[in-house]
Amino acid sequence: MTVTPPTGLESKRHHLVISRAQMRFGIIVFPGTWSDRDCYYAIKDVLGQDAKYVWHKETDLSEYDCIVLPGGFSYGDYLRPGAIARFSPVMTSVAEFASRGKPVIGICNGFQILCESGLLPGALLRNEHLEYRCQWTYLRVEDQSTPFTSLLQKGQVLKIPISHYDGRYYADKDTVEELEANRQIVFRYATPNGRVTAASNPNGSLNNIAGITNKQKNVLGMMPHPERACEPLLGSSDGNLIWESIVASIKGNA
Amino acid sequence: MPVSKETLDSIALSEKEYELIVERLGREPNEVELGMFGALWSEHCGYKHSKPLLRQLPSRARHVLVRPGEENAGAIDIGDGLAIVVKIESHNHPSAIEPFQGAATGIGGIVRDIFTMGARPIALMNSLRFGPLSSPRNRYLFQGVVGGIAAYGNCLGIPNVGGEIFFAECYSDNPLVNALCLGIAPKEHLIKSRAYGEGNLLMLVGADTGRDGLHGASGLASRTFERESELRSAVQVGNPFLEKLLIEACLELATTDWIVGMQDLGAAGLTSACVESAARGGGGIDVDVLKVPRREKGMTPYEVMLSESQERMLILVKKGYEAQVKALFDRWELRSDVIGHITADGIARVREGERIVAELPVDVLTSPPMYRRRVKAPPWLDELQVINLSHIPDLSPRKANKVLLTLLSSPNIASKHSVYRQYDHQVGNNTVVLPGNDAAVLRIKGTKKAISLTTDGNARYCYLNPYLGGIIGVVEAARNLVCTGARPLAITDCLNFGNPEKDDIYYQMKECIAGMAHACRELKIPVISGNVSLYNETRGKAIYPTPVVGMVGLIDDVTRHCTAGFKREGDLVYLLGLTDVVNSSIGGSEYLQVVHNLTRGSPHIDLKLEKRVQRCCLEAITKGVLSSAHDCSEGGLAVALAESCLLGGIGFVGFDLEFEGRLDAALFGEAQSRIVVSVSPDRAWLLEKLADRWEIGVLRLGVVSGKRLVIKGLLDLPLNMLGKAWWNGLEDFFK
Repeated sequence: MTVTPPTGLESKRHHLVISRAQMRFGIIVFPGTWSDRDCYYAIKDVLGQDAKYVWHKETDLSEYDCIVLPGGFSYGDYLRPGAIARFSPVMTSVAEFASRGKPVIGICNGFQILCESGLLPGALLRNEHLEYRCQWTYLRVEDQSTPFTSLLQKGQVLKIPISHYDGRYYADKDTVEELEANRQIVFRYATPNGRVTAASNPNGSLNNIAGITNKQKNVLGMMPHPERACEPLLGSSDGNLIWESIVASIKGNA
Repeated sequence: MPVSKETLDSIALSEKEYELIVERLGREPNEVELGMFGALWSEHCGYKHSKPLLRQLPSRARHVLVRPGEENAGAIDIGDGLAIVVKIESHNHPSAIEPFQGAATGIGGIVRDIFTMGARPIALMNSLRFGPLSSPRNRYLFQGVVGGIAAYGNCLGIPNVGGEIFFAECYSDNPLVNALCLGIAPKEHLIKSRAYGEGNLLMLVGADTGRDGLHGASGLASRTFERESELRSAVQVGNPFLEKLLIEACLELATTDWIVGMQDLGAAGLTSACVESAARGGGGIDVDVLKVPRREKGMTPYEVMLSESQERMLILVKKGYEAQVKALFDRWELRSDVIGHITADGIARVREGERIVAELPVDVLTSPPMYRRRVKAPPWLDELQVINLSHIPDLSPRKANKVLLTLLSSPNIASKHSVYRQYDHQVGNNTVVLPGNDAAVLRIKGTKKAISLTTDGNARYCYLNPYLGGIIGVVEAARNLVCTGARPLAITDCLNFGNPEKDDIYYQMKECIAGMAHACRELKIPVISGNVSLYNETRGKAIYPTPVVGMVGLIDDVTRHCTAGFKREGDLVYLLGLTDVVNSSIGGSEYLQVVHNLTRGSPHIDLKLEKRVQRCCLEAITKGVLSSAHDCSEGGLAVALAESCLLGGIGFVGFDLEFEGRLDAALFGEAQSRIVVSVSPDRAWLLEKLADRWEIGVLRLGVVSGKRLVIKGLLDLPLNMLGKAWWNGLEDFFK
């Protein structure tokens, strides 16, 4: 299939992008993962990007532009969420993929796995009230300089739901200070109009933290599920802004 | 007789039934064989008291693909080449003993029933009954059950989209835990559970077999108890992670042509799985218990055949494909073993290596005696239905505010959000209407359609009038679906009663089912699957007769679905249907119970009117006339208005309303056939015209406005006060 670039976009850079219009997302599937199908749906069926499932025993990630670690209960969350999945063969490749500066997004259980494997600092503890929580939350965007928020504005509020037992972000004081100083905190739980309050914190996370990146800002972990906020019919399509940001930033780097 | 009465009691067989077994076999059964009979002739598996009554329920319709008893669950055709598979099942007795694991494994069991048929489970619901939360024991049971449902269901990635919870003293020793699961599959991928084809293989997949759950079907679910501690070993422990792997592996297997069928292992374990699939296939089976992987050493053939260890599946594999099937399960890190083969001789043969330990004709095992009895209405029922209204002082207008707040905070009416926020209700990206509305709505990807799902059943009505209670259970469920804009398509029912060997209980069961059957025929909704849970009594005290109706409906255009909350300032609010005040409608109401501490009277229903009300509402929604629709049920009109305000976050101001009749009946009476709707003023004439055409009442109540609920001279409360009562009513018991 030949793709003709639209008129007015003659530069080589744009031509390259358009000749491979779709980004390819690799969605890692561990035993017990369940957000894989929702991520696939949001990325492929809603946004029209390319997506493929990657079984946790595979190790070749060379064909992907972005790696997604979806939510679920990998290995049943037995022992500790993410504690077993981090030893899956694919995780060595994910670390290598991230070290090349390519985007990796971990959602819910994926965030837990990223923390367990040391790709992100801190840990996700049992919710403060000790119960599972599935509900809509509002996230204030804290940093627009990441590939995951490139189309967003600082202070913008996204409506995206959570669903977890263990989502209380915790790290020692020095680490949290460092996160704040480096502006690695990307999302905080807030009120619908963007005020970060105790009542808007659904799980007791330190500093209302809902999502953080690594220092290089190419690895994001977040507890809320952007793949669920993919259509107005389901209550919100704000999650698409994150996927679209990733696509835009990859295109921008091509 | 060589078998002691104690032995027979422990497997819930009567001496007469034992004699019948001997007569049909022409010999005495050995120990293993007797255990197999105990399981398959139990009420739980054999339906010996209920089957003759269940035959009254209509189960045929053009869209029905699989009827009750044919497979593990019922199935309907929803067009676009898709089938919906649905079933509800009880896990009452295990939950009474060990609430967390009892409820958790209840989820596991019902989910297996669905994916066994090749359908991907896409929704769960629960219908729960407990004793009053003022008792610490009931709070413990409640939290255990909710925790167990959350722990198991959330791990599977199946959204739990709602259900109902009801509290009454009669459930203190016998909580009810009914779990519903709904799945979807391409029609041509539906898998049967028929063991046919001589030489085809039986493969056991999933968990190893342990001693847990022995006598679950025959003991736990088929007799009554004095002490619970003796039965703890009959409760199983769940492993949801293993179940999740089974779901994915079995659904992958369902798309191959390597198998002739699948059957899950539930009540009565291997015995029931093997024998029932053999019966459906018209052949026999030959199983070697030595080939069954065990969790512990020294298990006898009896224990292996009757273990109810969870997360196991029986795969009926075409001969020659066992290596492929094994490789598939290996990839999912699941154990699979060939444990026997299918025969043509109609015999269920169990061996331990070379030694045959049981050899029984499948048709004898699967045809337990059926009991049908003639019973009269219990004498206490007449007395109970009488309600002398002159002895109950009417509500004073000054007290209306206070009574409304009291009812809103009553656990039976209060919001259940503190429960359903513990369940993942969004995974799957299909949930359009979340829990807390009249019914859940899930869109069907790749189509414009959506399904609507609800469970319903008012046990207090059934206690007061089993026949009418049975009718109302069905029509209320249908009304809930209609309020979302769905056309009811099918029912799955869970019938919870006490000991059917007692006349009063048998009468309740017979009448409830007859009432349900009447309503199903009138509304033309087939019953496609279900489950019966009897012997729900402790120390001679039975639960209320509690038939639970799970109902699924179809919305042709998901963008036309409707919800219960008021939407827009200025919309007009109408009461649709029965608009007269019926004084006797406080009978059996939550109001009478909470305010006057009385459980008396009888509900009432006019089925013809009900049908017209539902048709009218459905037409109004599908034509885009309505802004909101909410079933008027427990707590009556005032509660329905308050709920529509709270769900929409917007107030209501009533017009000058003149109620003719008792004030308590007008505000809190529970007359049937009523729906509270809101409509934009420019479309109001359309609604009035429709109501006129369907010959039903349509009463203009007021207007959506402000942040208060106001009915002049009676009610005037700010939404935050109503909200505090309603949102926190249930949660406050746990603070």
